[in-house]
Amino acid sequence: MAAEAIISASSRNAKLRMRNVSMAFERDGKSIPVLENINLEISDGEFICLVGPSGCGKSTLLNVMGGFISPTRGVVAIDGETVRGPDPRRILVFQDHGVFPWLTVEGNIEFGLSGLSRAERKERVAHYVQMVRLQGFQHTYPRDLSGGMNQRLQVARALAMNPDVLYLDEPFGALDAITRLMMRQELLRIWQAERRTVIFVTHDVDEAVQLADRIVVLSSRPAKIQDVHSVDIPHPRNISSSRYLEHRDHLLTKIGLAYSA
Amino acid sequence: MTRFAKPNAWEKFFWPLLTAGLLLATWNYSVKWSGTQVFPSPLSVEKGMAELLRHHVLWADIADSLRRVAFGFGTAALLGVPFGLALGWYPAVHQVFNPLIQLLRPISPIAWIPVAIVLFGIGDHAATFLIFLGAFFPIVVACASGVSGVPVIYRRAARNFGLRPAQILTRVVFPAALPQILMGLRLAFGIAWLVVVAAEMIAVDSGLGFLIIDSRNSGKRYDLVVGAMLMIGLIGLALDTAFRRLEKIRSVQWGFRDEY
Repeated sequence: MAAEAIISASSRNAKLRMRNVSMAFERDGKSIPVLENINLEISDGEFICLVGPSGCGKSTLLNVMGGFISPTRGVVAIDGETVRGPDPRRILVFQDHGVFPWLTVEGNIEFGLSGLSRAERKERVAHYVQMVRLQGFQHTYPRDLSGGMNQRLQVARALAMNPDVLYLDEPFGALDAITRLMMRQELLRIWQAERRTVIFVTHDVDEAVQLADRIVVLSSRPAKIQDVHSVDIPHPRNISSSRYLEHRDHLLTKIGLAYSA
Repeated sequence: MTRFAKPNAWEKFFWPLLTAGLLLATWNYSVKWSGTQVFPSPLSVEKGMAELLRHHVLWADIADSLRRVAFGFGTAALLGVPFGLALGWYPAVHQVFNPLIQLLRPISPIAWIPVAIVLFGIGDHAATFLIFLGAFFPIVVACASGVSGVPVIYRRAARNFGLRPAQILTRVVFPAALPQILMGLRLAFGIAWLVVVAAEMIAVDSGLGFLIIDSRNSGKRYDLVVGAMLMIGLIGLALDTAFRRLEKIRSVQWGFRDEY
């Protein structure tokens, strides 16, 4: 099982590579380490979940990958090119309040598309409105949409940029349980249709096992990689199958270790 | 009427009209029963205003006041909005100008009257300058706090989507701060309407403020004084209502409280 995962991972090209990445915040003249020596390779088209105890630095790691924060030491490279700042080829989706309230659904989706012709923009918007199932809401403002619809809109806005990597920072964390479950199915459907590299931060082990190809378990702060776990169950995953439960229990044990570490 | 029930359509007009009616009645009978010779009754105020209208003086005064407010407030908005945006956006601008603004802001425009007369002489320019002062600082402060209050998440999204700094300002920071900017403009407009009356009492010889002081000085026409006061209130209400319409524009409505 583990061997298969290694072969499948190495047979694809490494999309994102992190080498000895460490990160420390300066606060009141003191240096607080947040990330410690992170080494990770992510393949093109892979779905990765970052899990770990809350406050461990998962979001910081995602922000470092996205170029929003520079690491104190080490290098993040995408396609062999060092990441030096945020880039429209890689879009980050926030937990909530990420959409622009002064723009309609349509306005939000085409926000980053000012380089395209009118016709192309229209086509792109129509495509992603359909993909996230917001048909009929093109001219609606975010405050008239539900939380789940707003997150779908944020995902659509990100996908419309045609990014090769999608960073999701607990995107469903502020939603209720049922909406969250539906959103996972939607995200999987979109991922299977578009095959982008997805890096997904969550503190929910079930969410990770339902979604990810590989799960990166981080320790509590300063975050180190505790374990990288491959989930070799084909989609759609049966959440009551014994294999699913095995993966889940394995991860819970690992995270339990992470808590005590 | 319970607290949560939606009021009926007729109630929207009935209750305010009832209060206004009661006030008028109190006023009328107070004048009658106290036997005052100086303070006018509602009816004599109405007569006085009708007289002014017949001689076409009232409209000229209203037009003069409105023109001064338009110039003073317009200039304040034209200069204050960009300046406030810069103040909120560039820390260096904030560092240089904020102490000065905080020092000048609490000075009432009334206190500037002698300075305005020295600078511009008696006349329209002095009055317009005072209105400008009254409106400028609230606009600057509202814009600056609107901009610095824009959630970091919007700026980060904007950077992620590849916007250049100038684009971030126009396409993200400005629309995100717009509800607050509008609130500042509305507040400043109210102040401008307050200041014009004071300015016209001293610096010019037309307008509603002049009408008040002139009616008192030349013949103690208190019916005209009170009439002009009511006129100021009515026009102020109309202008504020017009301004509130702006809050209903869809792209800024998110920044305002729901009204049911």
